Amino acid sequence: MLEVKQLRGGIEGKEILKGIDLSVKPGEVHAIMGPNGSGKSTLAQILAGHPGYEVTGGSATFDGQDLLGMEADERARAGLFLAFQYPVAIRGVTNAYFLQSAVNAKRKERGLEELDTLEFADLIEARLAMLGWDDTLIHRAVNDGLSGGEKKRNEIIQLATLEPRLAILDETDSGLDIDAVQAVAEAVNKLRSAERSFVIVTHYERILKYVTPDHVHVLAGGKVVMSGDMQLALDLEARGYDWITNGVAVG
Amino acid sequence: MSGATAPQTVAAELKAAAEPYVEDFRTFSGNGAAAVPGWLRERRSAAMTRFADTGFPTSRQEEWRFTDVKPIARQTFHRAAAASAPDVAVRDYVVGGTDQWLAVFVNGHFVPTLSDLGGLPAGVKVGSLRHALDADGSIIEPHLARRAVAAHNPFAALNTAFILDGGFLYVPRGTALPRTVHYLFLAAPSGDGAPLVTHPRNLFVLEHGAQASVIESYAAVPSAAEYWTNAVTEVVVGENATLDTYRVQREGAEAYHTATTHAVQGRSSNCSLITFSFGGALSRHDIHAVLDGEGADATLDGLSMLRGKQHVDYHTTLEHAQPNCTSWEYFNGVFDERSRGIFNGRIIVRPGAQKTDAKQTNNNLLLSEHARADSQPQLEIYADDVKCTHGATLGPIDDEHLFYLQSRGLSTDEARALLTYGFGSEILHAVKAVDVRRSLDRIVHDWLTRRTPAGA
Repeated sequence: MLEVKQLRGGIEGKEILKGIDLSVKPGEVHAIMGPNGSGKSTLAQILAGHPGYEVTGGSATFDGQDLLGMEADERARAGLFLAFQYPVAIRGVTNAYFLQSAVNAKRKERGLEELDTLEFADLIEARLAMLGWDDTLIHRAVNDGLSGGEKKRNEIIQLATLEPRLAILDETDSGLDIDAVQAVAEAVNKLRSAERSFVIVTHYERILKYVTPDHVHVLAGGKVVMSGDMQLALDLEARGYDWITNGVAVG
Repeated sequence: MSGATAPQTVAAELKAAAEPYVEDFRTFSGNGAAAVPGWLRERRSAAMTRFADTGFPTSRQEEWRFTDVKPIARQTFHRAAAASAPDVAVRDYVVGGTDQWLAVFVNGHFVPTLSDLGGLPAGVKVGSLRHALDADGSIIEPHLARRAVAAHNPFAALNTAFILDGGFLYVPRGTALPRTVHYLFLAAPSGDGAPLVTHPRNLFVLEHGAQASVIESYAAVPSAAEYWTNAVTEVVVGENATLDTYRVQREGAEAYHTATTHAVQGRSSNCSLITFSFGGALSRHDIHAVLDGEGADATLDGLSMLRGKQHVDYHTTLEHAQPNCTSWEYFNGVFDERSRGIFNGRIIVRPGAQKTDAKQTNNNLLLSEHARADSQPQLEIYADDVKCTHGATLGPIDDEHLFYLQSRGLSTDEARALLTYGFGSEILHAVKAVDVRRSLDRIVHDWLTRRTPAGA
């Protein structure tokens, strides 16, 4: 589904990713771990198509399409979703209105009829019921005046409503208390399917106790320095990142 | 140097430009059809003297620094004769739902056949100022043109000189109006194609404990080209009374719109003046609200959405004359292509107006690198125990906001439109009347979808 090969890139002339390889198959959950500054968020932003980041080498395909040649909105409509580490506040626009526009943008592209407000209300109600969450966030302005936890929940509601084929969660668990991490993890587990893949970018192994990844990768210095399964995450919990990053420095 | 003499020439030209209006005033005041009580004749004459003294303002005057009125001064506008009903569906111009009292004015003249004023509660007056002058002169005389409305603004003086008709509202003590009142001013072309000027004069009076919701809207039939609306609205909100007003300026593309709104609020009253500017080539609106009774609360909000070479200038003054009053001012401007916005927000806290709480915000969104907005707060505080804050922002759409929406599948254009809508809807949310809000929401959506090519 996602094939990343020797991907290089960065921001403002500074190369942060120095040759990333990553292969995600349908239904798989990959965790990307690493210390601050390892390039985790840069990878997420580049895959989602942030125009401020520059790709300097390598390739990335999504379902065989050249991902790097697509605009951010084209990637989204093709089925890619990024849950932001720091979702921005859009004043004056309710989540419901925003999401209805987003759902319809996707439907338009597929030649489907756009949902009217009532049809969309049914859809969002069904998605919230699936998550087991109430609709308080839906009628509030997008991320405006929301707590950190509410913003992350809001990202998950968007994920659940837009139903992407590949969801990248950029430190969705950071800054959350354990209950909120569990709630996010539970939602991810409900959204897991044989067709939908996840890339969970995280600094901490905590969320991985609730969402068991198929693969765990450690990023350091802009490269994947180690890959493994859940055991690798547990090792990181016990030993920290130093034993790996030191190895990079030496190697 | 030629530069030294040029401004004098312009000043002389702008003063001389008053002459045709002085001349016309002689005809107007001698005209039997315009006959009015003696007190009004005196107020008109005094105002004309003032206008003749000043002429049109020049951009050398601080208050007019950003707005050049030469295009108005150089054209000869003729006073509009009473017009027959234009061949348009008035419904198309109505803001809000069908459940409202509607007073329609065509080229400044009340047209009863287009209006709907049935079933007014006892003692409530809604309709034409001109008609009301006969029957309700004793209600009007204490308020109309009594305040120094005309003293500071030549356009308000000119309007006062030509007071003839406009919207009149009187709500007696303790009465709450169950429906919104809408004063709709439609511009239609003259028979001979000469550019017309109208001087709508509105007076809204709410007695002690009264409550009302009022729309004042300006629009043009499609065939109206160059014309000039020069309006003045006086608002008197009695003790403990509540008034919500929505002013919607949707003038024609070649129109000039000059306006003054003057409100005086009594003790514990609530008044919200929410104003929208979408139309006109050149628009200038001065708003002055006086919190003249302890514990009064004023809301002054505005939204401008312009493109092309449109120009809008808001000069607002919130005058805290008594203690414990609150004022909330929130103006948003959206400027595309080569349009331009000016916001000048003055807050005056008079001596003794302790515990004043005044907040002013002006946000400007520039959708084009050629658009421009100027924001100027002016705080004059003569009391020591007050809270006054002001803030202004100016800039294009935030790239991170754009990326966030695009990452959800919206195209660049869709994302920009949604962000612009959100910016505008901050003001729409302040509109309490649901049908009015829905109507304005549609106007904003139309504005967003009818983007004209850049540079048009």
